[in-house]
Parts: sequence; C-alpha cells; structure tokens
Amino acid sequence: MMDTIRYILSRFGQSVFALLCIVTITFFLARLAPGGPFLDDKAVPEHLIEQMNRNYGFDKPLVVQYGLYLGRLVTGDLGPSLGNKGFTVNEVIAEGFPVSFILGICGLVIALIIGVPVGVFAAAKRNTAVDYTLMTIAMLGICLPTFVIAPLLGEIFALKLGWFDVAMWEDSSAWFLGALTLGLYYSAYIARLTRGSMLDVLSQDFIRTAHAKGVAPLKVLFKHAFRGGITPVVAYLGPALAGLIGGSFVVETVFGLPGLGQHFIKAATNRDYWLINGTVTVFAVLILVMNFLVDIVQAWLDPRTRGK
Amino acid sequence: MISPLRDTARKGLDPQQGYLRDLTLLGLCLVMGLGTSSCNRETKVDIATREKILLLGNGGEPKALDPHLVSSVGDANILRAIFEGLVAYDPGADTKNEPGVAERWEANDDFSEWRFFLRNDARWSNGDPVTAHDFVYSYNRILHPDFAAPYSSMLYFLKNAEPFNKGEIEDFSQVGVKAVNDFELVCTLESPTPFFPDVVKHTTWLPVHRPTIEKFGTMTATFTDWQKPGNHVSNGAFRLTDWRINAHIKVRKNPHYWDAPNVKLNGLNFYPIDNTFTEEKAFRGNLLHYTYIIPNNLIPRYEAKNDPNLRTETYAGTYFYRCNTTQAPTDNVDFRRALAYSINQETIVKYVTQGGQEPAYGFTPPSEAGYHPPDVIHYDPDKAIEFLKKAGYESGADVPEFTIILNTSDAHKDIAVAIQDGWKKVLGIEKVKIENQEWKVYQQTVIDMKYDVARAGWIGDYVDPTTFLGIWRGGDSNNNTGWENADYDRLLRESALLSETNERYAKLAEAESILLDEVPVLPIYWYTRVYLLHEDVKNWNPLLLDNHPYKHIDLHRDGEETE
Repeated sequence: MMDTIRYILSRFGQSVFALLCIVTITFFLARLAPGGPFLDDKAVPEHLIEQMNRNYGFDKPLVVQYGLYLGRLVTGDLGPSLGNKGFTVNEVIAEGFPVSFILGICGLVIALIIGVPVGVFAAAKRNTAVDYTLMTIAMLGICLPTFVIAPLLGEIFALKLGWFDVAMWEDSSAWFLGALTLGLYYSAYIARLTRGSMLDVLSQDFIRTAHAKGVAPLKVLFKHAFRGGITPVVAYLGPALAGLIGGSFVVETVFGLPGLGQHFIKAATNRDYWLINGTVTVFAVLILVMNFLVDIVQAWLDPRTRGK
Repeated sequence: MISPLRDTARKGLDPQQGYLRDLTLLGLCLVMGLGTSSCNRETKVDIATREKILLLGNGGEPKALDPHLVSSVGDANILRAIFEGLVAYDPGADTKNEPGVAERWEANDDFSEWRFFLRNDARWSNGDPVTAHDFVYSYNRILHPDFAAPYSSMLYFLKNAEPFNKGEIEDFSQVGVKAVNDFELVCTLESPTPFFPDVVKHTTWLPVHRPTIEKFGTMTATFTDWQKPGNHVSNGAFRLTDWRINAHIKVRKNPHYWDAPNVKLNGLNFYPIDNTFTEEKAFRGNLLHYTYIIPNNLIPRYEAKNDPNLRTETYAGTYFYRCNTTQAPTDNVDFRRALAYSINQETIVKYVTQGGQEPAYGFTPPSEAGYHPPDVIHYDPDKAIEFLKKAGYESGADVPEFTIILNTSDAHKDIAVAIQDGWKKVLGIEKVKIENQEWKVYQQTVIDMKYDVARAGWIGDYVDPTTFLGIWRGGDSNNNTGWENADYDRLLRESALLSETNERYAKLAEAESILLDEVPVLPIYWYTRVYLLHEDVKNWNPLLLDNHPYKHIDLHRDGEETE
C-alpha cells in the first residue's frame, strides 16, 4: 500500500515538474519570436506600440513578467487574449475546448468501433488475403495525412452526396466528418495494435487448450482471447484521447470548426503571448493527466511497473 | 501447428461474415434513403434567404468589435453593419455619400472647417439618442495616448489631433472637434480637405456609446467586457446578438435605428472562415451567400463554366514591391528603374494571378473620383537594360546577390518567381533569392528595413489619391523604404491647400510622377476583388472600396413571390 502511494506521489511530482518546465519554456520561447502582438497590417506608430506595451505590462523586465505570469497561473488566470480583444484566454479556451473535446471523444469512439473489430478479424484470419488487405488499408490510413482525408470526405459526403454540411459548427453536421477523419486515422493504429496483441494471445497455450477442449471457435476468440488482446488498446486510449483533442487543428481548419486547435496555431501567428501560453498549458495538462492516469491504472494492473 | 486453428477460426467467423454482409446491405439502404431525401431538403441558404438573413464569409476572426481598436478590412465589414458614422456609404458608388447620423453637412470656403447637422431621431440600440457629444467623446477616446488605438492616425485630419495623440498636448479641447449643441458638430481641420466626408465614413470615425463604455471600464481601458453580446451598444441598422469566437457573429435588425422601416434584411451572420478553400466549399455546400475571397487557382474553374456567382471587381488596392533605398544595390535609382521596367506585369496578371487584375502603370489606382496616375511603368526590356548599364553594371551577372522577401503564401511566391525569372531573362541577374517569412516576422523585417526588396500591398481607406500617396512622405510610418524626396513632400503639402479638386489632382499627379521616376516602390498590379456571391443577394453592387452598406441589401429568390 505504502509503495503504491509513494509511486503515485512521485509520478505526480514528476508531472508537476514537467508542467513547470513546459510553461517556462513556452513563456520565453514565445517572446523570442520576432515581431509582436501589436504589429498590424498598416504600420502602427512607435509611440502607440510603446503605450500598448505599457497597457499590457510588456514594458517590464521579462523575468518580472514571468513571475507575475506564474502568480496569475497559480490562481487559474491565464490573462487577456491579445488577438481577440475583450476576451480573456480563459474565455477563449472555455469556448474552444468543448468543441475539440467532442471531436476527440467521437473520433475515439469511431476509431474503436472500426479499429477493434478490424484488428480482431485480421488476427483471426492472420496471413490470409483478408488480413493483408485489411492491414494494407490500415497502413494507408496511417500514411494518408488528415489534410488529404478531410477534404476528400468533405467533397464526397458533403458536396457530392449531400449527407452532411461541409463546414461550420452551429446547426451544422460538419463536426461528424471531422470526427470521422480523426476516427479513421486512429482506427488504423488501433486495428494494427489490436491485431498484434490478439496474435500474441492467440498463440498462447491456454487458447490451444480451449480449442483442444472443443470450445466453439467464436467463443475462444471473444471470451478467451479478446480480454487479453484488448489490454494494450485500453492503455493506448489515454494518450490517444489527448492526441485527438490536441491534434485536431487540421480537421478544425478544413471543416471550419471553432476548436482549440485553431487557437493553438493562430495564437502563435498573432503573437498572442497569453493565448500561446494558455493553450500550451491546457494541452500539456491534458497529456500529463492522461499519462498519469494510464500509469496509475497500469501500476494497479501490473505491480511490476511500480518498481521501475 | 497453427493451421488447424486458422481453419477453425475461419470457419468460426463465417456466420459473422454473413452478419457483416447484412449490415453492409442495411447500411447501403440507409445511405440511399438519406441520399434521396437530401435532394428535396431545404439548404441553409434557402432557409436564410427566406428568413432574410445574409450569410457571409468574413475571412478571419475579428480582432474586436470596437471601432477604435480594429484596422483590418474584415473587422470593418462587421462594424459597418452595427455602427453608423456621420456619413454613410452609398450602395452604388464609393464617390457618393449618403446621410448617416448627419442629415447634411457643409464646409467653409476652403474646406478646412466642416459642420455636420445631426438628425434628431438617430438612436443607439438601447434607445438613447445619438448626439454630437457622442462623437466628441469617441474622438477623444480614439485619440487618447493612453488608449493607444492602432489606427488613430486616421483622425490626424483634425487640428491638433496628432500632438494630442502623441501626448504633446494634454487638453482635448484644443483638438479641432466641438459639439455646438446636441445636434451640430464642427470639425476644424489641419488643412483644407475637400474629401473630408469620404474620410469620416471610415471605421475609426464611428461613435461609441459613452454610458456603455464607462459601465464596463474607463474611457481609455482597452480590455473590457463592453463588446460582448448583451453588453454591446451600437447605432447601426443592426445590433450584435451573438458572438462565438471562430464560429460566428450574428447581428439582427436594430429596432431603434432611425431608418429601420427601410432596412430590408432581418440580420446577417458573419462566419470567420480563414481557410479560403473551406470557405469556397461552404459556398458550394449552400452554407454561405458570399465568400470573402476565392483561392486564385479555383478562379479558372469558375470562369470555365461561366459561373454567374463569380464576381470580379476593381478594388482600390495596389500590389507592389518595396525597395530598400538605404543599401546597395537598391539604393541606386537607375538600378531600381531597371528592375521596374523588367517586370512583365501583363504576363503576371494573365498567367499568375488570373483574377482580372490590371497591370499597374502607376502607383495610385485610377479611380472613379477622377484621379488618373501618370502613365509611366510598362514592361520595356530595352529601357531596362539601358538603366542597368547606367547603374554601372555591364551585365546582370555583376549585380550582387539580393533577396525578395515575402510573407508565406503560394500566391506571393508564384508572383515572385515570375519576377525573378523576368529579371534573369531581361537583365541577366542570376542572384536573386526569394525568402518566405511568417507574417509577423515579415512585418518586423520591413519595419526594421532589413530587406532588399519586399512584397507589399496597400488598400485605400477612402476614395482619394492621398490615401495612396501619403505613405511615401519622408518619415511616414508606412514608408519603410528609406526614400525621402523634398519635392514630393512639398507637392503633397501644397496639394492639401488646394480646394479645387482638379488643381489638387494635378498637383498630386506631379508628386506621383516623382515617385514613379525614382521608383522606391515597383508597382505590379492593381487589385481586383474576386469572390462568390449568391444570386439571391440583391442590390449588391461593385464598389471600389468594397464597403457595402448592408441596410440597402435585400435577399429574395428570383421567380419566387415575395411579400
């Protein structure tokens, strides 16, 4: 018991330290980029830029700003957005996160619905034409970037067939195509992962014993092999979800969805310092929490990892 | 060892295969059902036309909905729906002016003092009357040094506005704007400005509602909640009802607007889709009445099928290259001339940009207001080679390496490649590099003048050549070429004192011919606006500045009855 608590505490400490490093590096890297938030299409006179810098506290020494920033961060205040005047970074993220979250969750569900059966099926039919075909398709799915699949899905399912809207969020079905794009991409990974671990399990002695005892083949596959075969996929879900939520920039752009991914990129191009820091922090927390949870679950499942 | 297992597994899965087949069939049926039903479904555009809600693509997310904080065209497009200035845009021509909050206006003999007589039925969207004091307050706000409005220099027409904005004088009463009473506003200007009514149509001259501003902060606070839906108060034909970042901005008819019975639309939805391909698809998918832009490489496709939705219109903008006149090789005027005359503008607009742009023989685009730039810059290889020799180069091979910088975009890159090729073929210059820079990096590089040749564009703020020529005065913050010419500056100053338009234009043309002779900038083409517009949109006319007054726009489908 003490071991477990010690392990959890140490993993938690590591996560907090990693977060601090990420926040710090992001803060200083953002400031190193040439240009600034107040440059505009038409030139802004020097005296006004100076005043804007004063208004937002950018005239103070960088270290002081960093200290102030950390102080605010601890209280959960991510600061004002410089590119969306009148909105705080908290508000921007509060609007964008649910969109990315829905996309991510639906994408994950689609990935599982497609990926797991395909993986099981391919494993059951290993080294046959079916297996090779499925795995080739999966490989293609991994290799084809989302910025190819997304417009293709839009062109076919929205513009040609008219089943979905091709863009936008409100009153629009375009998000489904977004989730489908993400889902297809991840389903290919999940299919390969499932196939691999199912093959591991299927070649073990207890499966052979089951067959020898005359258990129905389907029952062997689903009752005996599936549980063991699916474990690595479950472990993969955490990082996959974080990746899905954080990695939906392309999908959001192609389908015009107001998620966090777009802010992530736009903040950088606008030099919206607080929004850069805010989005990076949110994604970092997401990834760290997911990994932390997975580690805890794995440690609980397999005591051997605790010692490492 | 494995094969028996494989056999049983295969056999075992047979029933499932059958099940899968059924499922596929079921799916197909469903799909076909959906497909047929979708044919008769009313599209988003159909519904919006019926409900008279105009659906517009708007490029990117606006920086703000505060007229004093914005400077981009897309932001101005939204503000024009919800605010109204002293003078309003005419739906048919940018050179004409419509009464806005001011019913009429008059100038003194030399156009240096303007009097605006405000209508007494103008209302804010909360019902408060719009008065001359609101305008004085607004101009105080945008010019206040603490507020630091990015585009406050647009108000430097007012006497003492510049020193006040720079903090050199602190008393706003010295700035040339006064409310004589609730409904009379007097603007005293730095110099005669016959086109002043055109200037006050710009977003920077729009009023804000004092009680709302001060309810959420001080006058000079830039970061308050007043712009949010529910808080936002404006005086235009429409008012803000919904704003979701990156998703939409919705404005609906303002019942308090003085001319509300004549407003035809019930509202507008702006969609900030910054991916141009997505926007074009949204149009094709019947989600938009209008796209902000259309990607260059899709234009030929629309042209090939003679699509009536494709609009190509002249636009008051110039695409050009800045030359850094403070360092070799571009400090040499003959060298710059050689560059200017070896750009084949015709080929670029015909084969590269393909959007019906006009080769720019001058800097200021010819306008319907009657100004014509001197006809100087044309592709002329012989002349170019002559100038290269004059610049001291026996051949192009002797020219030291220099770089064209661009902000990253395929369109800019294609043009740069064409120009690079022209310089190589005509002048024999081998060592021209093209460098992409990310937008903000590019802006900083230009401001710091750490470039040789830099791609640029300039869009007019109002219909007058000064909006184009003013930036090349020595020390202007948009100049960034290091070029300064005493005669040029003098001619511009002198033109400002002339109240007779033709005389003034002649003076400005004289100044422009100096600019085109010394070519600190290499004109390439004059812009067009190429975009998609649905046929349901009525009374949307080609406008030079592209500032469409939404109150005149209507939506209905031809062949369908309207009320």
